Amino acid sequence: MLKLLKGIWLVFLRAFTRPVTIQYPDEKPYLPPRWRGRIILSRDPDGEERCVGCYLCSVACPVDCIALQATEDEHGRRYPAWFRINFSRCIFCGYCEEACPTYAIQLTTDFEMSEHDRRNLVYEKEDLLISGTGKYPGYNFYRVSGVRIGGKDKGEAEHEAAPVDVRSLMP
Amino acid sequence: MAGIIVDDRPYQVDERENLLQACLSLGFNLPYFCWHPALGSVGACRQCAVKQFRDERDREGRLVMACMTSAADGTRISIEDPEAKTFRASVIEWMMANHPHDCPVCDEGGECHLQDMTVMTGHTYRRYRFTKRTFRNQNLGPFITHEMNRCIQCYRCVRLYRNYAGGRDFDAFGSRNHVYFGRHEDGTLENEFSGNLIEVCPTGVFDDKTLMPHYTRKWDLQTAPSVCAHCSLGCNTIAGERYGTLRRILNRYHSEVNGYFLCDRGRFGYGFVNNERRIRRPIFRSNRHDQTIPMDKDMILRELGSLLADKPSRIIGIGSPRASLESNFALRELVGPERFSLGLSARDAGLNSLILDILRRGPASSASIHDVEQADAVLVLGEDPVNTAPRLALAVRQSVRQQPMQLVDKLDIPRWHDAAVREATHAQPGPLFIAAPHSSWFADIATETYHGAPDDLAALGFAVAHELDHASPTATPSPTIRSLAERIAAALRQAARPVILSGTACKSEAVIQSAANVAWALCKIGTPAKLCYCLPESNSLGLAILGGKNLEDAFSVVKNGAADTVLILENDLYRRADTLSVDTFLKTASKVIILDHLEHDTTAKADVLLPAGTFAESDGTLVNSEGRAQRFYQVFPVEGDIQESWRWIRDLAVASEHPGQSNMAAWNRLDDVVAALANAIPAFQRLAEVAPPETFRIVGQKVPRQTHRFTGRTAMHAPLIMHEPKPVEDADSPLAFSMEGYLGQPPSPLITHYWSPRWNSVQALNKFQSDVGGPLRHEMPGVRLIESSDKRTVTYFSEAPQLFQIRDDGWLILPWYQIFGSEELSARASVMAERIPEPALMLHPEDAATLRFKADEQAEFMLDNKSHRVPVKLNAAVPRGTAALTIVSGFTDAVLPTWSPLIRVPEP
Repeated sequence: MLKLLKGIWLVFLRAFTRPVTIQYPDEKPYLPPRWRGRIILSRDPDGEERCVGCYLCSVACPVDCIALQATEDEHGRRYPAWFRINFSRCIFCGYCEEACPTYAIQLTTDFEMSEHDRRNLVYEKEDLLISGTGKYPGYNFYRVSGVRIGGKDKGEAEHEAAPVDVRSLMP
Repeated sequence: MAGIIVDDRPYQVDERENLLQACLSLGFNLPYFCWHPALGSVGACRQCAVKQFRDERDREGRLVMACMTSAADGTRISIEDPEAKTFRASVIEWMMANHPHDCPVCDEGGECHLQDMTVMTGHTYRRYRFTKRTFRNQNLGPFITHEMNRCIQCYRCVRLYRNYAGGRDFDAFGSRNHVYFGRHEDGTLENEFSGNLIEVCPTGVFDDKTLMPHYTRKWDLQTAPSVCAHCSLGCNTIAGERYGTLRRILNRYHSEVNGYFLCDRGRFGYGFVNNERRIRRPIFRSNRHDQTIPMDKDMILRELGSLLADKPSRIIGIGSPRASLESNFALRELVGPERFSLGLSARDAGLNSLILDILRRGPASSASIHDVEQADAVLVLGEDPVNTAPRLALAVRQSVRQQPMQLVDKLDIPRWHDAAVREATHAQPGPLFIAAPHSSWFADIATETYHGAPDDLAALGFAVAHELDHASPTATPSPTIRSLAERIAAALRQAARPVILSGTACKSEAVIQSAANVAWALCKIGTPAKLCYCLPESNSLGLAILGGKNLEDAFSVVKNGAADTVLILENDLYRRADTLSVDTFLKTASKVIILDHLEHDTTAKADVLLPAGTFAESDGTLVNSEGRAQRFYQVFPVEGDIQESWRWIRDLAVASEHPGQSNMAAWNRLDDVVAALANAIPAFQRLAEVAPPETFRIVGQKVPRQTHRFTGRTAMHAPLIMHEPKPVEDADSPLAFSMEGYLGQPPSPLITHYWSPRWNSVQALNKFQSDVGGPLRHEMPGVRLIESSDKRTVTYFSEAPQLFQIRDDGWLILPWYQIFGSEELSARASVMAERIPEPALMLHPEDAATLRFKADEQAEFMLDNKSHRVPVKLNAAVPRGTAALTIVSGFTDAVLPTWSPLIRVPEP
């Protein structure tokens, strides 16, 4: 009997607190930036694709829902020829983002991905690639790596000395 | 055996090894870079440091390099000693001070020895705050990429390229921390074994350029054990596939055959599998001038079934030395042995069966590549191994180190001590005699080189045999030949394990016979000599054992009307016989049915084309030049109607209710064909022992072709089908097209990739060997089908040929094979285009002077009833009175050697 009254009292008190439910979808909830929602591919600050096709996201993926094919442009810059995520399999664990050495693949705050047809959940590179840097502004992998690409010669990356002159015998 | 103590526990090891090799054989994870089982120790990288103690009371100890210390009895070391561990970690840290931030864009990533060793030593953070050294790269040709920034200066590449493979256009340049590994200028690496740099380099300085256009990480490749299809040696390979295309070939270790290395033809010739001129579906032409009508499998089988059922006795089958034993046997069963042709001209089939006969008769047995490596004297008689069986040339190059090893042993230098051994032996390479038309690859190491026409070479062989045993016949050789024969005989007599190397390159029976005489004479005087013959194709010897009619017989059967339907198995007849005969034959036959995987001149004239699987899309057995039967496995399941040739033939037999098919209808798995073959032909009795049967399981599981990290399973097929398809069942082998299965080490024919915890690179191979550098664990080395019947009596070949006579009216045109371009399949790989030379005719400079030829002028000559024009090159190695024609781009050896006048074509 006492327990029953206690329950009723709690319900009564609750009537005076502010409701947590909101009028979704008219009203959007706040999601923290590190929310793990729809995956995108970002671009570096120079507007080039960040993804270098290293396959680390696909190997980190526990459900194997990422497939891609790496290729190289004529100046040595690597990029994915195609890149596919099957969101009908994705479990939004974020391992791909953790594995990505170039900050290319990022999880966003978008979770509204319902479809009537599962095939519409297969996203290709054109569907994934955004035009900005996403959560990590400033980072450009090719400015750090030692390979030569169009517009960046050997020795021009960060913390790099000018190329060695092999024919020099100077100490 | 020696007892050593590692971290206070006793172990038994081989005292001839160094400590590093011994520790790795014991299963310890000791990091290293510069040491390689085939290259020996130089102590350059300082990575394999361990603590060595004088005795049990010594607590201080001292750091030694394990690779430079003998595993002597009583050696007491510690791998886990804190000081040794710190030392190894600092060595890695120094290396990583300049190593670029490249792993994501480096082809080596995921199979990088440097990555593995870095993780193993525990180095994680770069403390060095200053700039990284950079180098400019070179363009090293179509096979290999170069990224010098990644180099850790271990010197393995130079040691392999220069010391082991004899290359000259690659070296270490510069000094101090500016040491640079490359060529003196940009350009294609000339050495025929340059591809091994990819596997020998512990990091990503040298990588596979043919992989780059379809780059895939090691863990994503679906791989299967395979056998190289590009020459007769049968080197073991691992072939890798992704998304339905073949992507790369890696070496698969075999202690008796190829060891650690492959040639560039075998490694980079795989591109023909992805060729755009593949036959991918059945094609039917109602008459030969019509448009082709693509048909599906059922339609074409109905069509052919009724055709073949009408006239079973009017069908002949033409086999192929590049098709598997099983496919050839299936064809032989379908048409009957008396209507089965080997698909070789009488001359070529005769050469192959002569070799088979020699190896069977004995007493000299056939030499494996490993035997050639271990030989302490080699006589090359009329063969050009670097172009016809390249991996053998590399083995011959190692053989010259064997005899000087006696000196090394006398000086008490351990054999693994590479620098000291080379210092002690470089001045006096062991005996290697080259007698061949125009072969110059061994010029720098050969004791003597003799260039002669095939008849002269045979005369030399007979003379050597006669020198060794006067009971063996000889013709009257010229004084030059006689004195050379005396020197060769003297050297061979001194040897303990001589090998006589010959083959079909001269297209001369006499040369092959003379090599046998030499080996037999040696056997007779008590030296266990071995014979090594190079044959033209991957299954030439297998086909010789199988036996069948010649191509000429097939031609005459069709010509006289006894048969009119021809079933051709994976064979381009225009490479086998003269154009006119083949044209007539194909025209006379009313129905020409061809099973093949690539379009070629013969398929252009076929009525029906059936799509066969290449080595990567089928299973089968090949018999290499040594007589060793080895299994190759399907790498990936194929879409559409492509299937193994033997399956097509089985289907034809079923569709036509052919009388010869008694048991063919029951052939559902490869093992059924193997069993039938073993039953039918006694020589193949042990064929089932070549590899585990399909029913073989380890703890109830198949062996997976995919790695346990294989990715993209739920995304790669998504645009086609949302539900992940069930993995294709493999009825033919104990391998699965899946990542599920037994992850431990299977028997050696089933090893799909080398991987072990903490060892992701190819160096994981150490974990698969019972003793590093020795045989694999659970080794099944294939079955040697030919063992010489150990007869004491030696019956010499008695017909020594006459010496070669120069003619006034013509030149003897000999084939000059090329490593790139002469072999049919690898020449169809797109990457080879850059390496295949232009056709040319080589002439001796004095002959050219007689004819008033200058270099690069066009010469006209008659070949195969047609006149041809090619530029002339001058080469002093070509014997007088002969000319050597490069066998590339449309020129074949079908009608060579032949006599033809040479006419100078004046410049327009």
